[in-house]
Amino acid sequence: MSTDQNILVKLNDAGLQLNNKWLVKGVSLQVEKGKIVTLIGPNGSGKSTTAKIALGIYKKIDGSVEKYTNKVGYVPQKISIDWTLPLRVNDFMMLTESLNKDTIDEALSLTGVIHLKDKNLGDLSGGEFQRVLLARAISKKPDLLVLDEPVQGVDFTGEIALYELIKKISDELSCGILLISHDLHTVMSATDHVVCLNGHVCCSGSPMDVAKNNEYKALFGEQASQILSRYEHKHDHIHTDEGEIKKD
Amino acid sequence: MFDDFFIRALVAGIGVAFVTGPLGCFVIWRRLSYFGDTLAHSALLGVTLAFTMEFNIAISVFVISSIIALILIQLQKKTNLPGDALLGLLAHSSLAVGLVVIGFLTFIRFDIMGLLFGDILAVSVNDLLIIWIGGAFILLTLKFIWKPLFASTVNYELAEAEGLNPDRAKAIFTILMAAIIAISIKMVGLLLITGMLIIPAAMARNLSSSPQSMVIYSIIGGLLSVIIGLFTSLEFNTSSGPSIITAALLLFILSLFKIKQSIKLKN
Repeated sequence: MSTDQNILVKLNDAGLQLNNKWLVKGVSLQVEKGKIVTLIGPNGSGKSTTAKIALGIYKKIDGSVEKYTNKVGYVPQKISIDWTLPLRVNDFMMLTESLNKDTIDEALSLTGVIHLKDKNLGDLSGGEFQRVLLARAISKKPDLLVLDEPVQGVDFTGEIALYELIKKISDELSCGILLISHDLHTVMSATDHVVCLNGHVCCSGSPMDVAKNNEYKALFGEQASQILSRYEHKHDHIHTDEGEIKKD
Repeated sequence: MFDDFFIRALVAGIGVAFVTGPLGCFVIWRRLSYFGDTLAHSALLGVTLAFTMEFNIAISVFVISSIIALILIQLQKKTNLPGDALLGLLAHSSLAVGLVVIGFLTFIRFDIMGLLFGDILAVSVNDLLIIWIGGAFILLTLKFIWKPLFASTVNYELAEAEGLNPDRAKAIFTILMAAIIAISIKMVGLLLITGMLIIPAAMARNLSSSPQSMVIYSIIGGLLSVIIGLFTSLEFNTSSGPSIITAALLLFILSLFKIKQSIKLKN
């Protein structure tokens, strides 16, 4: 089937347990070529964990992950780089793949940090570093991009430009993108599929559907759901501390 | 040409410096200096076994150090003790066991000082072969695993996510560490091998702005240390290991002036 060939990564009822506590449980989702899938949810709801499961960083997981590509670009949420390493932006760009000068320059220009090419990585500001991270992830023209809060610390105008860039990259390279974002406006405007997490999948679907969902409202508040129109839907369960679902 | 013991020592030392240069950079980047110490201490056990079973020292040390590294990895998985405590446990217990075994081997005359601090008189043509062939093998392997090893040194999750298999690179690197200790034990002595790994690399850090240049400076620093150290050793009849490490320390101190200068320039 042609749709199956477009699948880049697929999670089947995947979950991760650490010290007898579920970080995230029962997540099923798939990322296809040219599509943007966005994970939303409150802090600690397992968004980054889900992304790492999809990337194969966690080995001992529940359920399964099917990954159909090895050309992956990853922008982690937290990155602790040890500054005992003398590392310039240019060296960092070639961290996981050797690239020629033009490819590096192009990627750095796209995210607006070409002037920092010969700077030491440790001397960059948070926002500058974030732009370099994004440039590095897109420079290798991956099939799958996993972006965990890719614009954190970037200034407001830059944020919009970078989200536009992400959308453009998805169209041009026809790569699949798994995006984690707090910015609901962006999520709603640029995303093909939204997965709302809170230890498990609360609801998922098109941005429209999710915005109308009551669980989404319960998580993000009325204001967030007013971004789009309302749709009544009965909330039939509550969450315990362990992330279990209890029916009313 | 290799008849003269000093020429042999010099050729051996140069061979060692070519390998400790790049490996030392990774020891600093990955914070493995105490790990190197642990492997080096366990080398004594390897040496005693080599003597008892009349086996080649370098191979015996390599095998024992690799086993200790494997035990360490298992202990890290199975106990709740912090990494440095486990390293200390293995380092000192393997050193102690090695010394106890030496006590039993009364029928063999041991040059303990030579073992601990290196002995340039002890380098044979055979050792030269081991150092240069073994060294070339270590460097080739390092070149092969450079990308995943370096990427995971910068960030493990990035390397894993982008399909570089960092765990395999780490395991291979551990074996390379055991190998460099095995081939350099006669030159530098087991107490000072880690110094040979980290001091030239530390000096190089002060002078370099990219990983590649740090590796090159580290090799140059190691070569200079060996040459200066060995001539001093010959001239003043001092042990080769301490002389080489002292030379490396002097180079490190000199490199500090370079930092001062560049900080001044920045301000």
